This record gives sequence, C-alpha cells and structure tokens, in this order.
Amino acid sequence: MSKSDTILLGHGSGGKLSHDLIDSIFVKYFDNKYLQQQTDSAILNTEGKKIAFTTDSFVVDPIFFPGGNIGKLAIAGTVNDLAVSGAVPKYLSCGFIIEEGLPLKELEEVVKTMAYEAKKAGVVLVTGDTKVVDRGKCDKIYINTSGIGLLEDKYEGISTASQLKKGDKIIINGSIGDHGMAVMAARNDLNISADISSDCACLNTMIKEVLEASDGIRFMRDATRGGIGTVLSELAKTNNLGILIKEDKLIVNEGVKGICELLGFDPLYVANEGKVIFVVASEDAVKVVETLRKNEYGKEASIIGEISEDHNGTSWLETSVGGKRIIDMLSGQQLPRIC
Amino acid sequence: MKYIDEYRNKEIVLGLAEEIKKISTKKIRLMEVCGGHTMSIQKFGLPYLLPENVELISGPGCPVCVTSREFIDKAIVYSRMEDVIITTYGDLIRVPGSFSSLDQEKAKGADVRIVYSILDALMIAKKNRTKKVIFLGIGFETTAPASAAGILKARMAGLSNFYVYSAHKVMPPAMDTLIDEGVQIDGYIGPGHVSTITGEGIYMDIPKKYGLGVVISGFEPVDLMQSILMLVKQLEANDPKVEIQYKRVVKPEGNIKAQQMLDEVFTYGDDWWRGLGVLANSGLKIRDTYSMHDAEVQIPVKVAPPKEPKGCLCGEILKGVKKPKDCKLFAKVCTPSNPIGACMVSNEGSCAAYYLYNR
Repeated sequence: MSKSDTILLGHGSGGKLSHDLIDSIFVKYFDNKYLQQQTDSAILNTEGKKIAFTTDSFVVDPIFFPGGNIGKLAIAGTVNDLAVSGAVPKYLSCGFIIEEGLPLKELEEVVKTMAYEAKKAGVVLVTGDTKVVDRGKCDKIYINTSGIGLLEDKYEGISTASQLKKGDKIIINGSIGDHGMAVMAARNDLNISADISSDCACLNTMIKEVLEASDGIRFMRDATRGGIGTVLSELAKTNNLGILIKEDKLIVNEGVKGICELLGFDPLYVANEGKVIFVVASEDAVKVVETLRKNEYGKEASIIGEISEDHNGTSWLETSVGGKRIIDMLSGQQLPRIC
Repeated sequence: MKYIDEYRNKEIVLGLAEEIKKISTKKIRLMEVCGGHTMSIQKFGLPYLLPENVELISGPGCPVCVTSREFIDKAIVYSRMEDVIITTYGDLIRVPGSFSSLDQEKAKGADVRIVYSILDALMIAKKNRTKKVIFLGIGFETTAPASAAGILKARMAGLSNFYVYSAHKVMPPAMDTLIDEGVQIDGYIGPGHVSTITGEGIYMDIPKKYGLGVVISGFEPVDLMQSILMLVKQLEANDPKVEIQYKRVVKPEGNIKAQQMLDEVFTYGDDWWRGLGVLANSGLKIRDTYSMHDAEVQIPVKVAPPKEPKGCLCGEILKGVKKPKDCKLFAKVCTPSNPIGACMVSNEGSCAAYYLYNR
C-alpha cells in the first residue's frame, strides 16, 4: 500500500504529514523565495521597510474551553506568529465561516474576546469577512486571521535561525502540553474532568521585553501543534545542529501528566498556545530567564537544554531517569482540531 | 504525579543500573515480551544505562503487530458496508491492510470511530439501533476480559446490533514457540498487564521445561531496571524461576473474576501470529452460546489471501531474531506516517518505538 491518496486528519497535525503535504503540494505550486523560508511569518521588504506577514486558521472543537475560546486563539495565534519572527504585531484581518444555527450569543462572546485580546496586545482588527454555510457544512465557527507586523532590520535573522551556535541555550517560558490537554478534557465524549486550563495568550509584550533585555536572541518559535518536540526536531534538522534537552527541566502540570498517561500522549508533542522556544546566546541565558520570569506568562521560565557539540541534525532528550532518546517530529496525528 | 513519580526516580534507577553492572558477568539477551515494555524502555532511554553484555530484545507482545492482515482486510470490508459502524482502539486504525487502511476508509466516508473502552462501543450501539456496530477485539489476556464483559453486557441489554470481531490471543503459546524455534533468549521480562489477569501460573512451565527465568514486570523505569536486576541475579546464580516484580498490581493467582468472564465467553482455538505462524490454542474464539454477537458468524465476509509487504521484517522482529534497524525499509520507506508493516504503526510496536526514540 502506498501513501494515502486522500487527505487524512493527520495532514493537519502540524507534524510530519503536514510538513510533507506543504512541501509536496503547496510549496510545489506556490513556490517563491518567501515561502521557501518556511518561517512563522513571511518577511517582506517594502520600500526599505521590513514587514512580517502571516495567516492562521482556527477550527478548535469545542469552541469554548477552560482558559479561552476560539476567538482568543485566533488573536493570540497570529500575534504570536508575528512576535516570534521578531516583529511588532500591528494590524489583523479576520474571516469568519459560521454554521447556520450558531447562537448569536456565542458569536458575540467570541468576538468580544477577540476585541479584548487585540486591545491588550496592541493590535487593531482592520478588515474582515463573514460567510455563513448550511447547517452541518462546518462545525459552529471557523476563524481565519492574518496579521502584519513591523520588523527592525536587526531581528531579521531570528525567524530563519541563521545565527545559531553551539553552546546556545534553549529556554521555554513555562509548562508544556496545557492547551492540547485542556481542549481534550473539554470534549464531552471523553468524560474526563480535570483541572487544566489552556495556556493560550498573546505573548508579544513578553517577547518585546526579552528582545529589549538581550541582543543574543538567536531564534524564537511558538510551540503550537506538534508541541515542543516537533519544533526542536525541525530546528535541529533544518540547521544541521545537535540539540540536547533535559527532561527533568521540563514542567508538565499534574493534570496534563495524568491525561497524557491515561490516553498515551507524550507531552512533548501536545499543543501549546502560549509557549515559546527561545534559543539564546549562552552568556545571556540567565538574563533572559530572569526577564521572562517577571512577565505573567513567563513565571516558570527555565533553561531546558542547549545546542550541543554532537548529534548533528538530531534533537535528543536526556530522560528523567538519566537515559537518552531521540526527539523526532510528530508522526501521524496526535489530536485533531486542537486549534 | 504521585504513585508514578516514585517509579521514575533517577537516583533509584541509576543505583539499579550500577548494581546490574557490578554483578552481571555473562553476556545475556533478555526479551521484553510486552510492547508496552518496549515503548517504556525506549522512551526512558534505558538501553543507555545497561552494560554492553546485557541486551534487551523486543518480543511478540504488541497486539496490533501480531494481528494478521486478513483481520485488517476483513475489518475494511466491514467498514465499507452501508449499515456498519466500526469501533476500535486507536492504534488499529492506521495499520495497513493489503489494499487500504481503516483511516483511509474513514477519510473516504466509512463510519469508523475510535473508542477508549468497549463500553463506548456499547453506547454507540445503543444510540444507533438500525446500524450494526462492530467492535474490533484485539489484544491479549489484558484486553480480552473487557471484550468478554462487553459481550455479556450486550446480551443482558439485548443489544442485538452489537458484534465483536475477535482476534484476541493468549500469550503462553507464543513464549513457548520462541524458545522451541531456537531464538536465543536467556530470560523473559514477563508482561505486567497480562499477568494481572492470569497470575503467575501460566509461566510455571518455562523454568521447568526450558530452564529460563520469568520476571513479571511493571512499566516504569524503576520497575524495568529492577526486573532486569532480578533476572541477572537468577542467571548469575543459575536459578531460573518465576518471580513477580510488579507486586503492587499482580497477584500470584491473578484476577479470578476476569478469568471467569474470559472462560464464560471465549474458548481456545488455533490462531495466526505474525512471525510465528499458526499456533495451536493461541487464539480466543467467541463461544457458540454468544455467537449472536460474533461478527464472524453473523456477518461472514471473504477476502483474498492477504499478502505480507515485501521486504518487511516485522515477523522476524517480533520473534526477536532481528532488530528494527536491521530492516532495509526501516526509517526510509517505512515510517510512522507511511507505515509498511504493523510494527511501525502501533504505540507498542518495536519499529515505532525505535523510530521515535532510538534511531
């Protein structure tokens, strides 16, 4: 049996299948120098000024979950994609695809949240579009947001990770797996009650503080679908560098750990919506952690590993019991419709 | 997480590793029978903590891996029937059959639903009385009692539209066959969950007949390292026996109630295992008394003789004769997103474990 000739849910997982699909269909036909970078945001040069441009769609099920809703995700997702590129997010568009029959109250709640989050993040929703489809042709509501941010020249290398060096430290701003497991637990068919809240948040202010505190920020990426495992594996592969992560430095909240154990998920591959992987010059690492810890979204920030001398092209985990294993990209589907 | 963290304690694990190093003098190969053990061993990177003379090999204890292609092919044929809902545990859905897989059928419109428990499947049957709901029953003595309970419940509730398609298997014939076939094994890390149901009795022949030790192990790093140490001690003292490391869960007599349920619903029959072929009395067939819930009896289907994929070493790997890295397809043609053999799909498959954690 050869590769699938139809789209599988796994193609939307953010892991290996998604990457293959992007390469074999989208990049194949849309190919251009911006797309080839495969960064969170495209960096465009317009008359001497650099702007970052990105887009993201949100189909999470259920649309309301502990810690947020689809609207909060739609703002935070796009704001964070711009911010991790080193840009200052400025303008957002939003497109709504709504299922016939959605209670107006629910739509209003989503939109109210979006307005609140946008204001808090300092971005403006400047244009939008609404489509309504027959009942059953979409599930409640899907949202697309696109965003534009301004980028200073000195941050241009961040999104492409072009300046990574051996010995650079890898930092994360807190616990992993909260968003994925919060959504999972919120699904009615699972009958799990757990005290888990999504980490979904706009991180542009926190990122700005970090960029102001240190000139040694070499790379940032928000670890959404595919989890930190996929980000780290991809980073090692594309830059042909080794990465070594210490499992006992990773924070996994009790509730998240519990559901992961129960359902057989690896927290390394569970989605986050408020976590950024930073690669930072070794001498600035402590300063960056201290800066992060002052922000409400970085209180549990810590150094979790480094760009290592060996293992070129692969990412490794020193396990909590002192063993060693590889960290690969998420294969197949971990959880559908998580964002 | 209390009750788990203690079994993932670094100092204890490293202490056990040190002791294994200190006392083991012989070159030995220990087989972890259970796929859950393989995954845990690789996930925690335990091989890196063992001395070179202690080798771990994976065994046939991954339910999805030993299940025949014919079973998958038939399940696919079922899924294509208009009035059928397939319910299954998640890891079966991506296993390649001869011509498709359940997730490809799902993408094309088949009603295939992942359940975490057979009780969910019963609920689906209750809500969809006009449909035939087929539960794909695979697994060993661990999951078979749940299938038995499901059938008993369906009968009590009069759910005449609920069927189990059983490929359930029992472990001891496979463990015997491996030794009979001359696979070099110096001791078994015995399956923890299977033994929870069966107790230790099913292994008693192994030390007697073959002079090999069995240590029934838990699934956390401390459990596994302790079990390895217990086997090393047995081997160094030339004293093979059945021991339970996983005492907090496994009782010598097992779970009597579950055994009774198994016996009530199932009877033994010959069954095909990938790598081992047909083993006498190694499969669990639904008894005639419950045949109204037996998918094979009520909805018989025929498929062409299945073909095993060319070049795939799954069978040899399940026997512990080859390792995933010995397979030419491994990590090149065969990956978790494009699996050629079942061992690359399952959460408990040794190829998947090696691909994910130890390439």
